[in-house]
Amino acid sequence: MSDSWPLWEVFIRGKRGLNHVHVGSLHSPDAEMALRNARDVYTRRNEGTSIWVVPSAQITASSPEEKDSFFTSSADKVYRHPTFYVVAEEIPHI
Amino acid sequence: MTDTAATEAGLEAEFEARIAADERIEPRDWMPEGYRRTLVRQMSQHAHSEIIGMQPEAEWIGCAPSLRRKAILLAKVQDEAGHGLYVYSAIETLGVDRAELTERLLAGEQRYSALFDHPVRTYADVGTIAWLGDGAAICLQVPACRASYGPYARAMFRICKEESFHHRQGYELLTAMMRGTAEQRAMVQESLERWWWPTMMMFGPPNARSTHTERSMRWRIKRVTNDEMRQQFVDMAAPQAEALGVRPPDPALRWNPEREHYDYTDPDWADFERLISGDGPLRAQRIAHRERVHREGAWVREAALAYARRNEGAEVGA
Amino acid sequence: MPTENLFKALVREDDNGQWAFGTGFTDGLARVDRGVPEGVDRADLAEYCLMLGDDALIYAQRLSEWCSKAPEIEEDIALANIALDLLGHARVLLARVAEVREEGDEDALAYWRDAPQFRNVRLAELDLGPGPGGDFAATMARLLLFSSWRLAIFTRLAGSRDRLLAALAAKGAKEITYHRDHATQWVIRLGAGTSYSRARMTAGLDAVWPYAEELFAPHPVETRLAAQGVAVDPATVRTEVLGVLTEVLAHAELPPPAFVPDGEPHPGRDGEHTEELGPLLDEMQSLVRAMPGATW
Repeated sequence: MSDSWPLWEVFIRGKRGLNHVHVGSLHSPDAEMALRNARDVYTRRNEGTSIWVVPSAQITASSPEEKDSFFTSSADKVYRHPTFYVVAEEIPHI
Repeated sequence: MTDTAATEAGLEAEFEARIAADERIEPRDWMPEGYRRTLVRQMSQHAHSEIIGMQPEAEWIGCAPSLRRKAILLAKVQDEAGHGLYVYSAIETLGVDRAELTERLLAGEQRYSALFDHPVRTYADVGTIAWLGDGAAICLQVPACRASYGPYARAMFRICKEESFHHRQGYELLTAMMRGTAEQRAMVQESLERWWWPTMMMFGPPNARSTHTERSMRWRIKRVTNDEMRQQFVDMAAPQAEALGVRPPDPALRWNPEREHYDYTDPDWADFERLISGDGPLRAQRIAHRERVHREGAWVREAALAYARRNEGAEVGA
Repeated sequence: MPTENLFKALVREDDNGQWAFGTGFTDGLARVDRGVPEGVDRADLAEYCLMLGDDALIYAQRLSEWCSKAPEIEEDIALANIALDLLGHARVLLARVAEVREEGDEDALAYWRDAPQFRNVRLAELDLGPGPGGDFAATMARLLLFSSWRLAIFTRLAGSRDRLLAALAAKGAKEITYHRDHATQWVIRLGAGTSYSRARMTAGLDAVWPYAEELFAPHPVETRLAAQGVAVDPATVRTEVLGVLTEVLAHAELPPPAFVPDGEPHPGRDGEHTEELGPLLDEMQSLVRAMPGATW
């Protein structure tokens, strides 16, 4: 029997107001231990305020080959990007 | 040309274009088998070095000569475990898991830095390993933060940030010792003499003899040649040694104003070949330690898995 | 690439505080009032700090023996964190001893006393592995008992009239909560894991029970200082600790704790130690004693 633990992906919120960001992975027997290990491994220098762990096997990823069909529709919606809007330079705080 | 071959060629062209544009390769991108193999080889050597490298320093935590030094050394060795883990984690994205890597290390199929096959004889060595060994590691690792493989580059960035503490605390320890007794100053000099050449070897064989450099450079897994990194290291370490009041065991070591670099002697490459082929003084001991720890921990890992499986079953049933 | 400051660009100026857990501990307590509370005997206060400090120091020394030897890398990192927390406590407390006695410093106390001068409970000094002295299960058994007990003490000590003890206890209680949780997770997994791990866990607990009653036997110094609102009388936490242990062991499908009275009420506090403390001190103090006058 293999004694190696499953892999978990770790996401950390660096500070309040930010998204959780993927920081790496680790091995753990279960979710509770994974959370604790993530705290020990990835926040040794107080990097985090909140941690998510997800079994790596549970992640469904888009494949790079699908990139065109998957993301192109948002790539051409340029109005979603702030730089689309030309604002006169003298207008402050925008 | 068959369809598959045509697709393959297209993918390879896309891959090469991405590399040429200095874009990162990410786990699910198509990549040539050689690229994947080279990554696994280089990254596993790094990860194993971190984990094996814990051993020589861990031996000195117990007798560290002040409580502050004890805390620093324990935190440093702990970081090495963390760094090994970050890199193993990056290798997993290539579909090779840690258990397999551990097996290949124990079977002697994968290497780790021969630096750790040398014994740590005095507490000055603890400082020297950090100053020179981690100093060399920084020269090797900072360029790797720009490596073409995304997960590796990201792991290296995190490691480099933490590594600077290792380097500095080592130099600080040696500075304190140089301000101490004559016996301590002699210890530092003697330690430098033993560790200088093994550290110089950390950068690998000279460019002309390096079998991997050309391809690794082209794929941007490696960004600076062995000789360039060695020169960088010497340029960094030589003035630091002078400030410390110690002399590296290289009579040719001197500033060359024309080149604006230090001149130095290469390590003995025959000795290097012998060491990396597994003939280092403590090689067998290091591998045996890792093997024993892994074996003795098996029942703990099994128990945790058994518990997790049982609980999963319970949840499904509930 | 410029060779000087090769890695400086990666490092922020204020990174020093992030060197590592346990190395920058003085900052948090730097502004605490360090005066000795009125009416408190200085010798008693120093002795009490020595007891709590020695507990932390000797146990940190034992835990750090696991470094590079844990069952998995993640666990290596976890155990080092716990050892570093305790080492941090030890440094604050021993420095406090030196300050209150107006003599020596943390290192003089750690490196130049012999076994009979150490005031730690014997539980802290036992060799429970790695190696022939024990195993991971015994290590977790001790961690569960030690941290449950120390957490109960520190939670109360946070209200001490001694401001420094109060501040350390408040900060320390958060850390020890995590230590206890870590031990709890493992005792449950090993107890309810495989039949083999269950046997090891049972043996591990049996190895520590004989040293449990000592934790709750008040030393006269503790009694005096507790009456003055400075210390915690350990007898007052016995029921709570027993309750915690019973609950954890029930989850682990293991029998409840079997504390066995063991002769002397508080041998460790009186400097009467097991024969396992000697070799521990020999190692810890070897280098310093071999090179007197050296600076580190």
